[in-house]
Amino acid sequence: MVWNRHDYDEIPGTYVFDGKRASSGYALNRMAFSFNSEENRKAFAADMDAYCRRYGLSDEQREAVLAGNFLKLLQMGGNIYYLAKIAVFHGLTVQDAGASFQHITTAEFKQKLLDNSKGFQERLDQVGGYWHG
Amino acid sequence: MAKIIGGLTTSHIPAVGNAMASKLEQDPYWKRFFDGYEPVKQWLDEVKPDIAIVVYNDHGLNFFLNQVPTFALGCAERYENDDEGWGIPASASFTGDQQFSWHLAESLIRQEFDMTTCQEMKVDHGFVVPMNLFWRHHESWPLKAIPLAVNTVQHPLTSARRCYKLGQALRKAVESYPEDLKVVVIGTGGLSHQLQGERAGIIDVDFDLQCVENIINDPEWICALSNDEIMEKAGTEGIEVIMWLVMRGALADKVNVLHKHYHAPISNTGAGVLLLTDAE
Repeated sequence: MVWNRHDYDEIPGTYVFDGKRASSGYALNRMAFSFNSEENRKAFAADMDAYCRRYGLSDEQREAVLAGNFLKLLQMGGNIYYLAKIAVFHGLTVQDAGASFQHITTAEFKQKLLDNSKGFQERLDQVGGYWHG
Repeated sequence: MAKIIGGLTTSHIPAVGNAMASKLEQDPYWKRFFDGYEPVKQWLDEVKPDIAIVVYNDHGLNFFLNQVPTFALGCAERYENDDEGWGIPASASFTGDQQFSWHLAESLIRQEFDMTTCQEMKVDHGFVVPMNLFWRHHESWPLKAIPLAVNTVQHPLTSARRCYKLGQALRKAVESYPEDLKVVVIGTGGLSHQLQGERAGIIDVDFDLQCVENIINDPEWICALSNDEIMEKAGTEGIEVIMWLVMRGALADKVNVLHKHYHAPISNTGAGVLLLTDAE
């Protein structure tokens, strides 16, 4: 039995959340889903290790949760929207996680976004018809 | 007869929800983004739609990954927002329209779009942020709303073309409803952004503007793209742009552009706003 290959597997630095990841990350994402409840968030905060064990995470996943290693969690099947629910516990935002994926600071990550958007208003003028206030 | 009087598009990212909750609209970072919604809000207040069909994806509030419908339609009398674990304050609930929803479900399924029908459905920021962007200046929601959730989270996902065809079927469904209702269809999400992996942080302004222009004039251009091609350009979360095609399919082949707005970056995202109506 093998997992299907996909064109998107070739996109660098990208972990498309498909069946292969969804199955390996199921327990991890299920735990993160439980954080929609305040009561569960408190239980997790009180004893993170025990909470991870209760949800049946692998040892590696549990260690990555405790360490806040989001790249590892992504690679082990964490879905980004569910990882965001975990990130809150480490006092992190999605942008902090975005930075941590590539081992840069959040300030550097925000600068990258600005750089990628540079000159967009000139491009709007070239295309035409855009609102400008 | 019910009629689609316009199509809207908008991003739905939670950072926008937080900015509205914190009243940051005049903050220099946000001002140009939010100001770009004002003409749409004015138009909506003039035409006063009765009901909004909001096409969005759930990010882990109503649907967990144990059961992921490709297309799900709200058929409830009320829709509640709730704690997503991200710290966004929960919004007031939304009034639905059961008869209209079940009519849409019947018509869509007859047209071979096998919708999952939901009699209970919590709506997350993907639905709530757009509703707030367009109508938060009202004391209470001035119209009914129907959630139409598209799976853009757990692959395999549907395609841009399939979303476009769903929009065409949705138009037929709306127009076969006997009650005089003014309906707007809102395509949410996008544009380019990738939240995950070493490639997080990509924004592709050129691709975003191509999407906007082609959604207006040549939706076939996007329909012809594979999801892999869209993700390669727009990022894994940028795939949400396929939901704009549901809105576009629900309009006539030729459309008037009443408003077109783009801003980047907004948090991690290239953000686009459209207000389109059928060209007579």
